[in-house]
Amino acid sequence: MTVRTAELVMGILTALASIGLMVKSAELNIGWIEGRGPGSGAWPFWLSLGMLLASVATLVRWFLRVTPESRSTESYMTRDTALAVGTSAAAIFFLLLATHFIGLYASLILFLLFYLKFIGRHSWRLTGILTIAIPVFIFCLFEWALKIPLPKEFTEPLFYPVYDLMYS
Amino acid sequence: MDTVLVLLGAGLLEAMQPINLLMIFLGCTIGLLIGAMPGLGSVNGVAILLPITFLVPPTAAIIFLAAIYYGAMYGGAISSITLGIPGASTAVATVFDGRPLAQAGKADRALTAAAVASFIGGTISVVLFTLFAPPLAEFALKFGPPEEFALMVLAFATFIGLGGDDIPKTIFSILIGLVLATIGLDIISGKPRLIFGDISGFLHGINFLVLAIGIYGIGEMLWTLEQTQGKVTVHKVKMSFARLFRNLQDVRHYIGTTSLGSAVGYFVGTLPAAGATPASLMSYGLAKTFSRDPDSFGKGNIAGVAAPEAGNNAASTGSMLPMITLGIPGSPTTAILLGGMIIWGLRPGPLLFTEHPDFVWGLIGSLYIANLVTLLLNLAFIPVFVKVLTMPFTILAPVIFILCVVGGFAPTQTMHDVWLMFLFGVAGYFLRKLNYPVAPAVLAIVLGPLAERSLRQSLLASQGDPLIFVERPLSATCIAIAVLLACYPLVRKLRRRSA
Repeated sequence: MTVRTAELVMGILTALASIGLMVKSAELNIGWIEGRGPGSGAWPFWLSLGMLLASVATLVRWFLRVTPESRSTESYMTRDTALAVGTSAAAIFFLLLATHFIGLYASLILFLLFYLKFIGRHSWRLTGILTIAIPVFIFCLFEWALKIPLPKEFTEPLFYPVYDLMYS
Repeated sequence: MDTVLVLLGAGLLEAMQPINLLMIFLGCTIGLLIGAMPGLGSVNGVAILLPITFLVPPTAAIIFLAAIYYGAMYGGAISSITLGIPGASTAVATVFDGRPLAQAGKADRALTAAAVASFIGGTISVVLFTLFAPPLAEFALKFGPPEEFALMVLAFATFIGLGGDDIPKTIFSILIGLVLATIGLDIISGKPRLIFGDISGFLHGINFLVLAIGIYGIGEMLWTLEQTQGKVTVHKVKMSFARLFRNLQDVRHYIGTTSLGSAVGYFVGTLPAAGATPASLMSYGLAKTFSRDPDSFGKGNIAGVAAPEAGNNAASTGSMLPMITLGIPGSPTTAILLGGMIIWGLRPGPLLFTEHPDFVWGLIGSLYIANLVTLLLNLAFIPVFVKVLTMPFTILAPVIFILCVVGGFAPTQTMHDVWLMFLFGVAGYFLRKLNYPVAPAVLAIVLGPLAERSLRQSLLASQGDPLIFVERPLSATCIAIAVLLACYPLVRKLRRRSA
């Protein structure tokens, strides 16, 4: 896909999103309520209309080839970029997905193993040290210092001995 | 003036409390490291690390984050000079002469000049800040809801008029930020708004941090991955006391132009859309204009390194002026700081000076100390910071991603927000590739609830008559300037055509 095509696609997507937001806002009162001022949907409705007009302006400028993006025939995303960025984005996606099933700490270990060993091609020794050290640091900072419990799902019982140490 | 000196003295004492001093040291060190890393700047550091400030009192928290902001401005020069890649956009101009100096084996000279100039810029701007903040805050006490709303319109208009980005895309970015801020319970009627798919996670609204970490954490790292593909070359730096002493003597070559650039940078920094990047470029331009040898700029002139560094440091302090006195952030980083203040239970704006003087003057006092601390840290540990730059990107990237995930979880403790943060990060990356500016969206999501409340209160007071905004002198002035600013690109275009 060229940058010019991507500009068109993004313009259409932002216009559609704006219309969706206008419809959603219009489910509430977008008019004037006597004694209470503008309805709760008025502000987001007019803002969304503004978004729609801005998107239409971008599409008109695309048609007239005004902006550098609307003239560019370069590739929007090269194969190398797609691989570098896509792999990282996919790794984060699976980190979040796995958190729902095995908790954050176990997911972090898998994420770090994948990133350090398979993307970074670091030694097993460095990978091992960081894979343990980073989740331990996160645990100490969030659970111990900030008292913010992070999701653990079925791995929760594994932390009971640590809780005993922390709260005894 | 005497009152200011007394309050400043109290602020310095507050900043010298052990916890606050520790925060200054930690913040400056982290800021230097973050600023030195390509692709990461103060805004990324402040966004990612804001959740951990819940650990300390608000004054210590703002001091920590302001020190990161400060340190990052210094640190940006390190990668600009040794890698030829700006640590952040604010250090772009530093590459022009910093890189040629490094290639000529004079990286240490350039780094020393950058540190000293940053100190000059920081000192001049913090003095200006101390002088201007109290009267501006006193003046802002006269503001009612119409003036508050007009001021926010003015802040957004500066992005359109001075931002230099594609105007329809800038407007889209501002508006989507404002719409995202409306999601959740309506602040006046209490009704749920824009709850997509009846997902309960939307009921508590979208925390500004979710958008900020998504865009400046995930999105920025994906962008950096694309730009560098993880491949960078570091220029070696030789440092010793003798070399440092010799390098410090260079100051006579750039003290004049950096002082001028610092003052200009400070005032440019106070404008919401301008910030540190244009300030550094303007400062560079001034140094070149007033130089006896302008042709040497871009080829390794030491003043060409000093000027942008003084400008960006001065602008970072300048951007705190509207944040503290008016409740309007002067940069994306201060937008996040402002959001943090709301989380800590403070209401940013002129009342801060009367209701929380220890907070405001503690922050101002910390700026003086942070400036000195960063200079000393920078000069003493330049080789260490350069060493950090050799850390493989494949170690740095997962660490940042993990901090984003846990940072996105911390404010509301729901995975719903973490998923949203991820979506914002990916969307921000794709939008940025098409030149959609993302900073206005972050500013808008922070200011959104305040803007809506002041608009609705104003309209309620005027029985729905929008003329209330032009009938009161202060709001009319703000609206008039906003209209002029918004029309400025059009005027510029017409003038260019007629020329």
